[in-house]
Amino acid sequence: MLSDPNTFTSPPGRGAAVALEDVHKRYGEKVVLDGLSLTVASGEKVAIIGPSGSGKSTVLRCVMALEEPEKGRIHVGDNWIGFGSDRGDGSRRSRNAEIIKLRGAVGFVFQQFNLFPHMTALRNVSLALRRVRGINGTDAAALAEGALREVGLGDKLAAYPQQLSGGEQQRVAIARACVLQPQVMLFDEVTSALDPELVGEVLGVIRRLAEVGGMTMVIVTHEMEFARRIADRVIFMEKGSIVEEGSPERIFGDPIEVRTRQFLRAVSER
Amino acid sequence: MGTAAYLWSVRSQMAQGLVITLEATGAGMAIALTVGLGIAVIRVLKLPGLSQVARFYILFFRNTPLLVQLYVWYYVLPQYGIVLSAFLVGVVGLGIQFSAYTAEVYRAGLEQVPRGQWEAGSALGLRTAAILRSIIIPQAFRPIVPGLGNYLISMFKDSAYLSVVTVFELLGTTEQLAASSFRYTALFTLLGVIYFSLSYPASVCVRVLERRAARGRQNALRS
Repeated sequence: MLSDPNTFTSPPGRGAAVALEDVHKRYGEKVVLDGLSLTVASGEKVAIIGPSGSGKSTVLRCVMALEEPEKGRIHVGDNWIGFGSDRGDGSRRSRNAEIIKLRGAVGFVFQQFNLFPHMTALRNVSLALRRVRGINGTDAAALAEGALREVGLGDKLAAYPQQLSGGEQQRVAIARACVLQPQVMLFDEVTSALDPELVGEVLGVIRRLAEVGGMTMVIVTHEMEFARRIADRVIFMEKGSIVEEGSPERIFGDPIEVRTRQFLRAVSER
Repeated sequence: MGTAAYLWSVRSQMAQGLVITLEATGAGMAIALTVGLGIAVIRVLKLPGLSQVARFYILFFRNTPLLVQLYVWYYVLPQYGIVLSAFLVGVVGLGIQFSAYTAEVYRAGLEQVPRGQWEAGSALGLRTAAILRSIIIPQAFRPIVPGLGNYLISMFKDSAYLSVVTVFELLGTTEQLAASSFRYTALFTLLGVIYFSLSYPASVCVRVLERRAARGRQNALRS
């Protein structure tokens, strides 16, 4: 086990948008991430699949600093933060500032949408523009409106979340993350809470985002067909570790590991 | 002079007393709402050190009588050079005492906002203060309005204690009038009617708000 920070492998190469280095995370006794390392290149679309409890969502939550690992480093672009024995000696204050900076480069879409129920769709999307970016109300509203049009909700600006369908709510959530133009977007099982007939519209929005350009995406999903079509690379995780990774063609067509085969067979029989 | 004629003759003193009661309640509630929110936020954020102080503050003020606190503010503090006017003592005393209660109401409200709301704010890059102000507190507030309303009514009634520190609010005024006219029955009956005719409608309002809040929760669960 690596314990001396100096023995770390060389930092992720140039062009890496996100990297996790030897990240350990446990909830109580349960090990969720077991020294996981992962590098995502800039512009790359990575899909993470695996059984529930395999730690795939925790990977995303650690990148967003919603979870604090016991050990390891998280890189986003040129910034990184360390945890446990990899933690620098910065003050609490400077560390918070680093976390805020890191989050500024990353967008996150949650399984449960987590829209703000007391705000209209427009205000949900414009909030961070105003409060984080310091953009004035009029300009923020215009940007937010543009982002909502992009996800096909130009006619729902004044709607409150409870007046929207699950699919529409999730599209607002995507607009809310995208409007900040993050370098990296993280999607955490974004269709798992949706009625089946609403899954398509949300996946369609993500696919369009992926086609538009150089945005890096890490997508945790149970939608295998979607993963196959959108991802440059598919990662199969189990018990807090990466079991196998490769191109979608290879992972879905000709997986090497027994556990990957078992998982894919179980999923296809559902 | 008949009873009715007597009561009519003291109407302006009684009205003056009522105004002071309402002022003390309003100002006391303003303190209770502000300080209580601060205490609740400290507890919810579990700020090291401060959180324990806040806990003790709540314990202390919930477990000592308002009357004793008022005596301390009014008779003991001046011995240490802190002299406050009777009205100010009353307002601060009420406000501080009730802030210990409102803090717990606020805390319940803050804690029932789902964790996902904090996370969504964090993921957007908002700092803790901005998350609280824009996202958490507005959502915490609505369901606890009835609870706060109940304490407003309690405070309105407890403001009668202020008469012991020489504030001439409703009770103080009534006592003063009775001491010179000896019309205790008439004056105290009127006093009861005044308190009741304000408290009861207010409590009906709170019940309506409670029912509405419960409906709101159901709607939120359904969506």
